[in-house]
Amino acid sequence: MKIGSLAWLLLCATIASVPAAAQVDFSGEWAPRFYEDQLERVPGPELGDYLGIPINDADRMRGDTWSASLITLPEWQCRPHSADYIWRGPSNLRISKEVDPTTRQTVAFHAEWLRSIDRPIYLDGRPHPPEYAARTWAGFSTGKWDGDVLNVTVTHVKEGYVRRNGLARSEKAKLTENWIRHGDWLTVVTYVDDPVYLTEPFVRSTDYELDLHQQIPPYPCEVVREVERPKGAVPHLLPGKNDMVKEFGVRYGVPEEAARGGAATMYPEYRKKLEGAKAKRPNAPDFRD
Amino acid sequence: MRNIIFKSSILLASVLVIAAVAQEKQTPATKPAIEILPVRGNIYMLIGAGGNVTASIGSEGILLVDTGLANNADKLLATVNKLSVDVETKGLPNVNVGPPKAIRIIVNTHLHGDHTGGNVVLGKAGRTYTGGNVAGNLADAGEQAAIYAHEEVLNRMSFPAAGEPKIAFEAFPTDTYHTEGMNLSHFFNGEGVQLIHAPAAHTDGDTMVYFRSSDVLATGDVFVPSGYPVLDLDHGGSLQGSIDALNHILDVAIPEYRLEGGTMIVPGHGHLCDIADVAYYRDMATIIRDRMQDAIKRGLTLPQIKAAKLTYDYDGIYGATSGFWTTDKFLDAAYKSLTQKKAAK
Repeated sequence: MKIGSLAWLLLCATIASVPAAAQVDFSGEWAPRFYEDQLERVPGPELGDYLGIPINDADRMRGDTWSASLITLPEWQCRPHSADYIWRGPSNLRISKEVDPTTRQTVAFHAEWLRSIDRPIYLDGRPHPPEYAARTWAGFSTGKWDGDVLNVTVTHVKEGYVRRNGLARSEKAKLTENWIRHGDWLTVVTYVDDPVYLTEPFVRSTDYELDLHQQIPPYPCEVVREVERPKGAVPHLLPGKNDMVKEFGVRYGVPEEAARGGAATMYPEYRKKLEGAKAKRPNAPDFRD
Repeated sequence: MRNIIFKSSILLASVLVIAAVAQEKQTPATKPAIEILPVRGNIYMLIGAGGNVTASIGSEGILLVDTGLANNADKLLATVNKLSVDVETKGLPNVNVGPPKAIRIIVNTHLHGDHTGGNVVLGKAGRTYTGGNVAGNLADAGEQAAIYAHEEVLNRMSFPAAGEPKIAFEAFPTDTYHTEGMNLSHFFNGEGVQLIHAPAAHTDGDTMVYFRSSDVLATGDVFVPSGYPVLDLDHGGSLQGSIDALNHILDVAIPEYRLEGGTMIVPGHGHLCDIADVAYYRDMATIIRDRMQDAIKRGLTLPQIKAAKLTYDYDGIYGATSGFWTTDKFLDAAYKSLTQKKAAK
């Protein structure tokens, strides 16, 4: 037997003895790393900051008429972030793996954050539920390996938001993710393609670092009566009546047309378009100086 | 050696093909006309008959909330009967069992044909067991299932408005209530069943059905998450009544954890829901009402309100430009409902 043939045989034997696709272990305790996203992910975004998000006019209207007081309603006090936004929250992440006791294959990962519910990502090839099944915050996720990258498809997610300042993401959005591990680093790229509120897919990458000492504490949520208001009242602002949405641009010296967001504001070349735009707002203080 | 590798490759490929074919064979070629979604306990949601049908199926028989369209009645009956047998046999084949349990109770959430169209077929296929100290007309006892509804459903079926089709007597409710609600006299399939009236909401005869132990609420068309509230003003519906009904659902529903699960809501049409879905919908309906009331207060006419695009941010989710209930029709009805209320004051 030639050496080449032996190597070929060994290769075939190896292929036959391992799963058809690569498997990377994502389980562990992961700490969020915020970097330049700290302002958005920890204290939260400013009202009216739609910069860099490919929203359409309908979502702009959702944001402009949104009142933060909405989350004082009993129905919303304990709402967790949904599958696509939870990565952008400030919470620590625990990923555990579910192993089939017979085959010893990982059949699912379970992701859990401080303020979330269990989110399984099934790897066993099960189909997604029918259209008429219930929606959840975590949605229904299945994963497929592409080399060492886990591609995740999420369906049946409840309505959520692309930014915590009222910019909505509809239930009709298509959500996909890429999970990528580089040693102690986890990068997750999320794709949100929302035919209702976005004109282009909204793509974000988020980093987590392995933290062997991390413990996720309990996070019970109790509904209380935070504000006395008539039964059935829903806080919101009438169209055209929200002056607060302009404060972000004024505070940071961002031209209003840029602060209003849209697909064009995602791209570096948009800076060129903005040259001279600040002159249109002579009273705007420039906090960047 | 190469021969061994080639044979191994063929064997591997054959195994994969066989597995793929086997998997394909497991997939039904065509979907059943009416689909079944187990909700919790004895409660099932049946999709595809017209409006959603909620079924309680167990040892005491079958209770149906609504009966779908008339032309789907036979399919619905076959589905319900098969489900009854499957529940009895736990889906196992070749088990020697008796016929399906009887349909004993039908509840109509309102009068529309996509929810009452199967009353005759399913009602006649059912049976009422009675005797002794009972209320009602004993002459009909045992002939068909009891059909419960709010009194206004019977009134409107009995005396259809000009231009509306006559409805067969056999489709009429056999038992009505006229108060804010009623409880069935005793447990059915191990749980209490409450009928909750939603006044002047989708119509003036709306009933929501709450299965207390299963914790499932069938709402009828007072909650249809796929579109703007359908306001049948000609049959006593109103925007404010619809919002009140949504708030009532929120009073009844309790989430299992983090605003998810717990009380499950079967809407009149569309996918299975929970409290969060109703809260989103209530928010939308309330916000649009407030915007329209503000516009009316400012003296805007209906064409001006339409031009102002007050629903623009929600149209992508709930709006429609064709079909039975367009955004235009919703705005017409909402405006009329709000201004009628103003005139009444």
